[in-house]
Parts: sequence; C-alpha cells; structure tokens
Amino acid sequence: EDFDNHSYNNFNNGHGNIFGVPEARAAPPTADSVLFEDTSSAAPAMNNQAYYTPGYNMGPPTNDMQGGTGVDNLFADPMANAAMMYGSSLANQGKDIVNKEISRYVSVNKLKYFFAVDTRYVLKKLMILMFPYTHQDWEVRYHRDTPLTPRQDVNAPDLYIPTMAFITYILLAGIALGIQKRFSPEVLGLCASTALVWVIIEVLVMLLSLYLLTVHSDLSTFDLIAYSGYKYVGMIFTVLCGLLFGSDGYFVALAWSSCALMFFIVRSLKIKILTSLSSDSMGTGSSAKPQLRLYITMATAIFQPIIIYWLTSHLIR
Amino acid sequence: VGLRAEEEVASMAFTLYSLIQTAILCTNAVAVLHEERFLSKIGWGVDQGVGGFGDDPGVKAQILNLIRSVRTVMRVPLIIVNSASIVLLLLFG
Repeated sequence: EDFDNHSYNNFNNGHGNIFGVPEARAAPPTADSVLFEDTSSAAPAMNNQAYYTPGYNMGPPTNDMQGGTGVDNLFADPMANAAMMYGSSLANQGKDIVNKEISRYVSVNKLKYFFAVDTRYVLKKLMILMFPYTHQDWEVRYHRDTPLTPRQDVNAPDLYIPTMAFITYILLAGIALGIQKRFSPEVLGLCASTALVWVIIEVLVMLLSLYLLTVHSDLSTFDLIAYSGYKYVGMIFTVLCGLLFGSDGYFVALAWSSCALMFFIVRSLKIKILTSLSSDSMGTGSSAKPQLRLYITMATAIFQPIIIYWLTSHLIR
Repeated sequence: VGLRAEEEVASMAFTLYSLIQTAILCTNAVAVLHEERFLSKIGWGVDQGVGGFGDDPGVKAQILNLIRSVRTVMRVPLIIVNSASIVLLLLFG
C-alpha cells in the first residue's frame, strides 16, 4: 500500500509494474501528474529512482530491470508511457482550443486590463465616487498610446469595483428584504437579474447613441460597462443608510450619492465624449455635434439617480 | 401590508428572458421594414442616406445605415430564432 502510493505520486509509470499492478491502474495517475505540473519527466524520475531503489527490498522483483540502476525504467512500460504522452497532448490541445474560443468572443487581454487593480486604487476610487468634488485631474493618462492600467492611473475605469459592488448589492438586497421579513430565494434572483438587465439596457442605449452621433471616442464596451457599474457603489451606500437610519437617512443618502455620481459621470465622460475627434476636423460638420454630445452626457448623468431610486426604493419601507 | 415581496419586485422586474424577448421583437420590427414599399416612400431609402462623403454622416444617414445593415445581416438568424421560438411556444406555452 505504502509503496503503491509513493510510486504513483512521486514519479512515473516505471515502478508501477514492480508489484504486478495492471496497466490500467498505472496510467491515469501518472498522466495527471504530468498534466498539472508540466515538468520534464526524465530528471525527477531518475533522482527519485536513485533514492528509492535502496528501499525496494520488500517488493517482489518481477522484472530484473527494476532492481538495477533504473535508467531504463521510463521505457519499461511502453503502454503507460504512450498513454501519458497522449494524455498530455490531449490536455494541451484542449487548453489551446478553449483559449482560442474564448479569445474569439472576449478579448482576454483587454479584460485583464480592467482587473489589474490594487488596494490603493480601489480605496482612492471609492473616495472619488463618493466625494468627487475635490478631485482635480480627470484625464486618463496614456503611455505610448495605450491607456495606463488602473494600478497606475486613478482615472482609468476598471471592472473590479462594479463587479464587487454588484454582488454586494445583491447580498445587501437580500439582507434588507430579510430584515423586513419579505425574503425568499426567488426574490434574490429577481433582484439580480433586474439590476443586470438595467445595466445591459443602459450600455446598449449608450452604444447606440454613440454610434448614431458618430462619436469616435475610445470608449469600448467594457468602459461603458465599467461606468455603468459604478452606480452600484452609490446604491450600496444608499441602502446601507436607509437600513441604518430609516427613511430619512435613505433620502439623504440618495440625494448625496446621486449628486456625487452625476458629477463623477459628467466629469469622466465629458473628457472622453466631448473632446473626442470627429472623423475630420472640418468646422462646418460639427455645428450640431457638441450640443448632442452634451445631451448624451447629461442624459447619462440624469439616468443614474432615477435608476438608483428605482432599484432601491422597494428595499426601504 | 400591500404586495408580497415577489409581487413587488416582480411588478418591475426584468428577467433575462424578457430582455431576450424584447431584443427579438425589436429586431423583428426593424427587419420587417420593406425597402421599396415603405422606406423609399418616406424618404428613408438606401439611396437617400449617403449624403456627405468627406464629412461625418449625419444622424439620419447613420440610422438608415443601421436599418439597412440590420436587415441584411439579421435576416437569416431571425428566421432561425423565430422558428425556434414558435415551436417552443407551441410546445410549452
């Protein structure tokens, strides 16, 4: 028993046959260890064999190659060897296929950019979201034509805060409903999907309006999702105050977070939308544009308090 | 007192399913607009959209472009999706 475990976990297939174990038992565990560790199988096996051969006096040496120096032990069992290599190549192929499919729909590198945050950034961003009036510089800094990651630039949008805030909002809604004894698991799912659908609607409307007005900004879909998701921070703050301080606290917090969020959205999007390049720099073509762009920004800003109230009022009685 | 929690949330709740329904209905609505019977009559035909070349196309040109591309691209997928939803609705109500 003990020697069986050692042979399976530490090195490969060669020693599986000392004890006359059938090959079906020998192949799968060794294939697993090669898949996940991805080390070359030759060197560690040799070391372990040199270490273990003194202790093998108890095992019945059915094969005269096992008791020796053990150099050829890797190839003593060609079936297990072939199975191991086949398994590892299958796993590599599967990994490649999955990566290719995923990167066809969602650009993984772009997504990684949005999650490259650290604690300092998160704290500063939350402060800005709740109190944006003292923040001076709203430009997103670039570094050789690529935007800086959120770790290096506080103004860069990220997806970590919206995701966490969304999940926290769902949990908080559950708590609020439970306090009022109106909780049931279906309501939680309803809240979650409602909030998600509102985000999707808002992002689609933003994309549509940006397309129709030919605003060539560098706002990608993920940027818009990020800016839409920042309202969840305001929602959490509002619901918390409503739970702690009752209905009056709810309305005060609603007013505060609405103003802060509107200011934040207007300042952030103004730079991106209003000063983005038109397709050419003719002055006559953009007479109606700055107004319409301003309307887009203001409409987005005004939409935030409406949706915050819509999604949280039923939690506070 | 008043509505139960589920009713209250459900009175304004959107499930993802209703979002899909909305999307299918809107796309159907855009795809049904006939080119020569309707759009040309109201001045929204494909030949009336392309105005400025060196300049930004206006809002109207973008809308016409969007309608035309939706009608071209989504015709076949809409056939498939509509047939599937008809079958599903007949079977499962």
